[in-house]
Amino acid sequence: MTAKAYRRRLDIKNGRVDLSHGSGGRAMAQLITDIFHKALDNEWLRRGNDQAAFDVAQGRMVMTTDGYVVSPLFFPGGDIGSLAVHGTINDIAMGGAHPLYLSASFIIEEGFPLVDLKRIADSMGAAAGAAGVPVVTGDTKVVERGKADGVFISTTGIGAVPGGLDLSADKIQPGDRVILSGTLGDHGVAVMSKRKNLSFDTALLSDSAPLHGLVAAMVEAGGHHLRVMRDPTRGGLAATLNELADRSNIGFRLAEDAIPVRPEVAAACELLGLDPLYVANEGKLVAVLAPKAAETVLAAMRTHPLGRDAAIIGEAIEDDHHFVQMTTGFGGGRMVDWLSGEQLPRIC
Amino acid sequence: MKYIDEYRDGRIAQTFARQIAGEVKAGASYRLIEFCGGHTHAISRFGIADLLPANVRMIHGPGCPVCVLPVGRIDMAIGLAIRPEVTLCTYGDLMRVPGSQGASLLKTKAAGADIRMVYSTLDAVRIAEAEPSREVVFFAIGFETTTPPTALAIRLAAAKGLKNFSVFCNHVLTPAAIQSILESPEVRTLGRVRVDGFIGPSHVSTIIGTQPYEFFAEEFGKPVVVTGFEPLDVLQAILMLVRQVNEGRHEVENQYVRAVTRDGNAIAKREVAEFFEPRKSFVWRGLGVVPYSGLRLKQAYAAFDAELRFELADAGGEDNPACECGAILRGVKTPTECKLFGKLCTPDTPMGSCMVSSEGACAAHWTYGRFRDRARSAA
Repeated sequence: MTAKAYRRRLDIKNGRVDLSHGSGGRAMAQLITDIFHKALDNEWLRRGNDQAAFDVAQGRMVMTTDGYVVSPLFFPGGDIGSLAVHGTINDIAMGGAHPLYLSASFIIEEGFPLVDLKRIADSMGAAAGAAGVPVVTGDTKVVERGKADGVFISTTGIGAVPGGLDLSADKIQPGDRVILSGTLGDHGVAVMSKRKNLSFDTALLSDSAPLHGLVAAMVEAGGHHLRVMRDPTRGGLAATLNELADRSNIGFRLAEDAIPVRPEVAAACELLGLDPLYVANEGKLVAVLAPKAAETVLAAMRTHPLGRDAAIIGEAIEDDHHFVQMTTGFGGGRMVDWLSGEQLPRIC
Repeated sequence: MKYIDEYRDGRIAQTFARQIAGEVKAGASYRLIEFCGGHTHAISRFGIADLLPANVRMIHGPGCPVCVLPVGRIDMAIGLAIRPEVTLCTYGDLMRVPGSQGASLLKTKAAGADIRMVYSTLDAVRIAEAEPSREVVFFAIGFETTTPPTALAIRLAAAKGLKNFSVFCNHVLTPAAIQSILESPEVRTLGRVRVDGFIGPSHVSTIIGTQPYEFFAEEFGKPVVVTGFEPLDVLQAILMLVRQVNEGRHEVENQYVRAVTRDGNAIAKREVAEFFEPRKSFVWRGLGVVPYSGLRLKQAYAAFDAELRFELADAGGEDNPACECGAILRGVKTPTECKLFGKLCTPDTPMGSCMVSSEGACAAHWTYGRFRDRARSAA
């Protein structure tokens, strides 16, 4: 029997991730225990297996995976850790499902400050705890300096769908209503405000939030009238609706005046030459549903904190071209097309 | 949003729309060219065409500095960017502009060139200061509005004694392009294209004032109304032009009094005159060679001229021969009359100048207005 090896405590305040933290040795075990297990603690992680084992629910399950490479890693209203929890929960929730478990994989760049890693892991733990969806298994890799941008996180999630619910874009019918759960563009503008070459001052926070509670309320209020739900992340509302139109062989007509946008988001977009319809969101959803259930579901959404500003913003229409059209607040008509390339600021 | 919402009020728009509809004469037609891409963008984004009577037609002019930059100049910029010692700083919307053989700055960056998007000329100066081992070149483009900031950057770089900063100058002049359109045979001698009035530039006029347009109004007998980029500005300018046409007047009127004076911004003009002088000719995508329409650095500042420092030769480079941009910019054709439109040429794969930037006539029609074509073809 050997004496327990002396273990130097992890110097979280001044230390940095080095290649030994990814080598499978003691340093890696210590990083996982002292940072990740502490932050994400739950019965599955405590068992210390390479996988998490749990009972399987009856009925339909959903599974999704997503990678997070946001820059900067910390932004007003969130960070890559909370985002990696919320984003994957939301992808599950958009199937009408209740999220059950998450996994997380970290790719960390050599030299990354331990204090930042701890902050990210703690934020992830807090987000998972608040959402009631534990991170039950994970992985850590360290890559040489320059081969990643600080930290990349991938999360995978599984969830269970309430009986009988089957949401899909191909179910949309002309006349169906489009509901948006709240203001557009908060996340994208909050992140942009902290970009190195663009920093501007704003009190705006990212809308990053888990939407499964709101979805549960919607399913309860009008489950079988819901056709499809999406969270308009990259590419914004415009990309989401164009994708739905293509999948379902219909078009959409929106009313610009009905689409909620915060004044500070509108102002930032105005300055940067961007359109809020194309800016990313991380705590909003778009639902398409049968017209007769629209008001009931809308009322249910408005009683939920994440759906207070929900609004009916338009309807599905017959259209062989699958165009998304919009009546402008000015009184004219325009298309809301796919984004071409990346949304770049205009110079004049 | 204060100072914005006031100019986008749908109720006031309806009032203007009714006034315009009430004042246009039946049987008359009002063909109005807006020079600036900013106006094209506003007209498309807010659906202004839907508020106008059928006999008021807006012709989208050449006024997007990104759009009018010829293939050859993009090729020259790419040639600069692939030099290992060069860091090319550029405004974001130049990244996707196609050079010859499908090349672009975006693709050149992906292939490893050091190309950085900046939001201000001063960012480029800061990069040059922070990275003295790099040759930092600012890709300067734009009309009179963006020239003063380039002048300021050179002044700052000179004051800091920066030896590694230079400017690839592609600044162009608005009045020269307006003259080129008005003097084109289709417009002036053949009379195939009738132009009844001009919506004058907005931001450009804050610098140069309204005075330079007085010549056009006089020489070509066309009314000019200088107006802002907000949709109500545009509607009011259309009403003012309709009135001038009805009354047989051809004056320069200023709708944009909150920002534009007759003489413009004296300080900005002085800065530009200090650093820049006209080139004998400059090629515009869509318009071809336009005399005295571009600027270059004066001899005294030759040290900051990237074309001299890197001995850049004018690259050729031609537009696709089927591209109708030149005719579209002069109002001879509409975007949908071009064989490439919506097929080979879309905002994702732009072939000609009008599709390059969101402010170009074809891109604006594709992105915001093409749902109307179907209604038209069905009618």
